[in-house]
Amino acid sequence: MSLSLDDIKRVANLACIEVSETEAATALTQLSGIFGLIEQMQAVDTSAIEPMSHAQDVVQRLRDDTVTESDQRELFQSIAPKTEAGLYLVPKVIE
Amino acid sequence: MRPHDFGIHPPLFYDLSRLANTMLNSSLKQLSALLAAKKISSVELTGEFLKRVKALNPDYNAFITVDEKMSLAQAQAADAMIASGQARPLTGIPIAQKDIFCTKGWLTTCGSKMLSNFVSPYDAGVIERFNAVGAVNIGKTNMDEFAMGSSNETSFYGPVKNPWDITAVPGGSSGGSACAVAARMAPAATGTDTGGSIRQPAALCGISGIKPTYGLVSRYGMIAFASSLDQGGPMAKSAEDLALMLNVMAGFDTRDSTSLQRASEDYARDLAKPLQGLRIGLPKEYFVEGMSADVARAVEAAIGEYRKLGAETVEVSLPNTKLSIPVYYVLAPAEASSNLSRFDGVRYGHRAPEYIDLNDMYQKSRAQGFGAEVKRRILIGTYVLSHGYYDAYYIQAQKLRRLIAQDFAAAFAQCDIIMGPTTPTTAFALGEKSGNPVQMYLSDTYTIATNLAGLPGMSIPAGFGDNNRPVGLHIIGNYFAEAQMLNVAHQYQQVTDWHMRMPDKLTA
Repeated sequence: MSLSLDDIKRVANLACIEVSETEAATALTQLSGIFGLIEQMQAVDTSAIEPMSHAQDVVQRLRDDTVTESDQRELFQSIAPKTEAGLYLVPKVIE
Repeated sequence: MRPHDFGIHPPLFYDLSRLANTMLNSSLKQLSALLAAKKISSVELTGEFLKRVKALNPDYNAFITVDEKMSLAQAQAADAMIASGQARPLTGIPIAQKDIFCTKGWLTTCGSKMLSNFVSPYDAGVIERFNAVGAVNIGKTNMDEFAMGSSNETSFYGPVKNPWDITAVPGGSSGGSACAVAARMAPAATGTDTGGSIRQPAALCGISGIKPTYGLVSRYGMIAFASSLDQGGPMAKSAEDLALMLNVMAGFDTRDSTSLQRASEDYARDLAKPLQGLRIGLPKEYFVEGMSADVARAVEAAIGEYRKLGAETVEVSLPNTKLSIPVYYVLAPAEASSNLSRFDGVRYGHRAPEYIDLNDMYQKSRAQGFGAEVKRRILIGTYVLSHGYYDAYYIQAQKLRRLIAQDFAAAFAQCDIIMGPTTPTTAFALGEKSGNPVQMYLSDTYTIATNLAGLPGMSIPAGFGDNNRPVGLHIIGNYFAEAQMLNVAHQYQQVTDWHMRMPDKLTA
């Protein structure tokens, strides 16, 4: 597998990270090296093996659907970049 | 052997009149006894460690945030607990907290510019547990950004220095915690370990550290890197101290969906057990290549000590060891790319000062807020999770993860505990690997497999390499074998003094 500069830009866009041309070129070199390491995985036949997602193979614990949180809006919004009347402010999305 | 038998002299460059130099090497139990006997108050003890932090931190950069007022207020409350007969283990003891644990009212940065303005509105589960016993937070320790690194060089707040050699890295990502304990700026500290981030810095700084079985320590409020691998744990001078710390840290938490519901246990209960008949497994794959000669010598000498203590050794095999790093560098970045999508500049954290629309705001805030290593891992993770690649990378890595776990299960059928080196070399030089991510990743070659398997692992000091930098002995236990591992480590620490050594320049 070989990565292209377009791959880097596409992935950066998916990840919502602005990259300059220089950064993309550096990332291409470094990620190609890392994928060189990762490609060793493909040599192993794993067709009969179940994927392992949790070390203990536990099942997802569920809780009752009840309110457990108290209202802490003011506290949480005190560290927000921009708020108004209890709402988080972002640039206009719909004209 | 008593701690103060190791040629410790009062330092010349700052006043330690109250905190006698011997106290720097005191165990948590000894400090608790002094507090209980009212020989010293928590306010005094905390004040003396704060003085030491003030004197040493400019050189070592182990702490990102120190807040004397808040620490001393906690110490005062601890003294009241002691006076009213409410003292618990660790009441009044200053503990350094890794800056990955959300701490109410404290700046909690996770080593990142992204959170450089984040004063946490709540406490992590681990912090709550320390608060409940009246332990004192002596400050938030430096770390690799979002715990992604093995040298502490990716921190937005600058690298931490190794107390044994200021030109060497302390390891990472819990490098600030390791440095703080090694330089005796705190009696003990917390860390987190996703691929070796407690054990590798513990080894490189000559201290003890344990990563418990996945699920024992709550991840609530512990800023997430790779959720299926992240686990908090203690870092301290000795196994005995680790046991007392783990007694406070471990326990079920409903707010962490992967927290394990188990009866609480006393991790110090087996410390004194003799090791007669203990079967130590030595994975042949760990002793063949990559390990430097001085590390091999120290590890072999440590295993020799264990034979003298009555243990026997057996060769075991972990054939899929070499796959650990590729598997880890798929799973961890994949989970990180998902976890770190929450940093969008909307509700908290860094927001770019200028942008043209919402998407531009996200893109610029994240480009400015994250450092190079974090971006690198987000890009890898986004790629391996993207359409058409998920099966080839993420699922394949999860399957190999099972093979790696099965290797350990087979090995533990033949032995009680596994030993080897924690790291292939002693601490490397600052800047030596920072330009080459692949080289940096390979320094975690011995530690990563335990995270993938979810097993507990620890590192204890086992001597020094050719350059007088510490060597760590890696101890891997079966699931929930923490008490046994601490016993194994403690018995070694009864017949050796590596864990009591301090850098000369910090004692004289």
